[in-house]
Amino acid sequence: MKFFAPFRFLREFWGFLRVRKKYWLFPVIVWLLVLGAIFVLVQGSPVAPMIYPIF
Amino acid sequence: MRVLGISAFYHDSAAALVEDGRIVAAAQEERFTRRKHDASYPAHAVEWCLAQGAVAPRDLDRVVFYDKPFLKFERLLETTVAFAPKGFRSFAKAMPVWIKEKLFQKNLLLRKLETLEPETGWREKLLFAEHHESHAASAFYPSPFREAAVLTMDGVGEWATTSAGVGRGADIELTREIHFPHSLGLLYSTFTYYTGFRVNSGEYKVMGLAPYGEPLFAQSILDNLIDIKPDGSFRLNLDYFGYCTGLEMTNSRFDALFGGRARAPGEPLEQRHMDLAASVQAVVEEAVLRLTRSLSEETGLRRLCLAGGVALNCVANGKALRDGRFDDIWIQPAAGDAGGALGAALLASHRLLGEPRWSTAENGSGGDAMDAMEGAFLGPEYTQEETAQALDEAGARYEALSDEALVGAAASALADGKVVGWFQGRMEFGPRALGARSILGDPRNPDMQRMLNLKVKFRESFRPFAPSVLAPEASDWFELDCDSPYMLLVANVKQERRRVEEAGAPERFGVDRLHVPRSDVPAVTHVDFSARVQTVHPTTNPRYYALIEAFKERTGCPVLVNTSFNVRGEPIVCTPEDAFRCFMGTGMDCLAAGNCFLRKEEQDPALAGEAHKDGFEPD
Repeated sequence: MKFFAPFRFLREFWGFLRVRKKYWLFPVIVWLLVLGAIFVLVQGSPVAPMIYPIF
Repeated sequence: MRVLGISAFYHDSAAALVEDGRIVAAAQEERFTRRKHDASYPAHAVEWCLAQGAVAPRDLDRVVFYDKPFLKFERLLETTVAFAPKGFRSFAKAMPVWIKEKLFQKNLLLRKLETLEPETGWREKLLFAEHHESHAASAFYPSPFREAAVLTMDGVGEWATTSAGVGRGADIELTREIHFPHSLGLLYSTFTYYTGFRVNSGEYKVMGLAPYGEPLFAQSILDNLIDIKPDGSFRLNLDYFGYCTGLEMTNSRFDALFGGRARAPGEPLEQRHMDLAASVQAVVEEAVLRLTRSLSEETGLRRLCLAGGVALNCVANGKALRDGRFDDIWIQPAAGDAGGALGAALLASHRLLGEPRWSTAENGSGGDAMDAMEGAFLGPEYTQEETAQALDEAGARYEALSDEALVGAAASALADGKVVGWFQGRMEFGPRALGARSILGDPRNPDMQRMLNLKVKFRESFRPFAPSVLAPEASDWFELDCDSPYMLLVANVKQERRRVEEAGAPERFGVDRLHVPRSDVPAVTHVDFSARVQTVHPTTNPRYYALIEAFKERTGCPVLVNTSFNVRGEPIVCTPEDAFRCFMGTGMDCLAAGNCFLRKEEQDPALAGEAHKDGFEPD
């Protein structure tokens, strides 16, 4: 189910971090996913030109 | 058990199919899409592999991707943190691609597999292998050895840039790794960039340029850029490299050390660039030799398997063999990332599913030790009917000949100094043309190298060509006492075949040295008397063997010039249509496609595709 895909991804990534013992990467990936969602949402909107130069 | 291996998303995507431990099919995506080094998901290659093996998607037992995206992402994040705040711009540039695509490669792969056949349990079947494990598997499992040391070297996989270990039977254990950013591949690529060639594509040009120069900068590289320990481990001095924090390989300190900015592509090549090429080549050879020596001492084994992009450096391979620490070296012909698809499939097949290995040493079929690569002829082939139909549709004029007559016609044309396109049987897997998709010429002709480079391949005049020689006669012409079926070993032309007095002309420098005939086969003798030898065997390519035999009957010479069937920037031809288009767009005189023999002067001039060479971006 497409709806569950992000949760499945997060569970898999969490599993990866546990095996690698690199928990500090978890907030980084959550932050990036939020950022990515913003990118997707603002694509084509008037906000976009203001956001792209920052990143 | 059927296993599909996939490599994609970085460079040279490919697919490979292994059934019951035996390699059934392998091909690079670029050959189908006609985009050199195509990195996109290999949809065409996957489809073709399944068709070749007559395997329905649902009948695949495993699909294995050749590296681990999460590990790669971990490396990217940790590198950014380690160098912060420097490097934020390159991080920000890379991030959108990762967030949109690369981080979700599993989902992307699942979606692509779903398009083959939905609801086939792909999620349970899809596995990920580590990048260097895939390389190691591609080096060891198809080799003819039951037991061997294994060494893989490339730019970077997830973290590893070099790994070493031992392969025994169906198992491979990698015991040593060197991690990013310390990388022999990236060191070489840095000089590729600095000498004005394209990274991940122009490395073999640097290798070809090296013999024109002197290693004047080698000590400077050793003093400043790389610290190589006696056991072959090494560290780069990152003060001189830009790739960890920027979008370029070098930085201003690097430029200052080597006396100027990087050469821009298209700018004239100077002696300094040749000296730089010679220098980095010498340093990488030294590092490889120290690695192979320490691996020999550590394992006590007398056989070595190599893979990874650095293993395509056939000059270093030849030196490692002549060093004598190993009696035999086997190198995966698709040593770069394309071969990762094959390695990933073999890894699952042998280690996970316990399928038997297929090289003669393992399957007990006796005879000479043969590897499991089938001469690397693992790609598409076309029947005589398909070839003739394609040529008819393209408007070609040809003569359909018997096997014997075709070989005779091609051999006579070659003996008359003509350039012949040779399109026969299954396409090669890997970057080298080995006599299935080749352009051939007479190596005795002193003008052949220049003519092939400028009128047929449309590439730089300094680029050398490789010889194909009948395997039993190789040692009469080259200082080589073993097989080199994949053109991955460099050996010198034998002393008695050289024209020493002419090659020694001291007033000639750089590319001018090209114009001195150096041996009885000048078209395949590099300026340092070296040659990238391909030994041709009747077991793996009988028709090509017969052609060289027929050429020898006419000329006394069992050697041909063999270069890939393409022009600069074009992927090697795959189909008869590709071959005819390339034939008509270049200065080739004849084309032998299947049993069809074409002469240029008999073709309709209106079909001459003079713009063919302009259709591809220079590599």
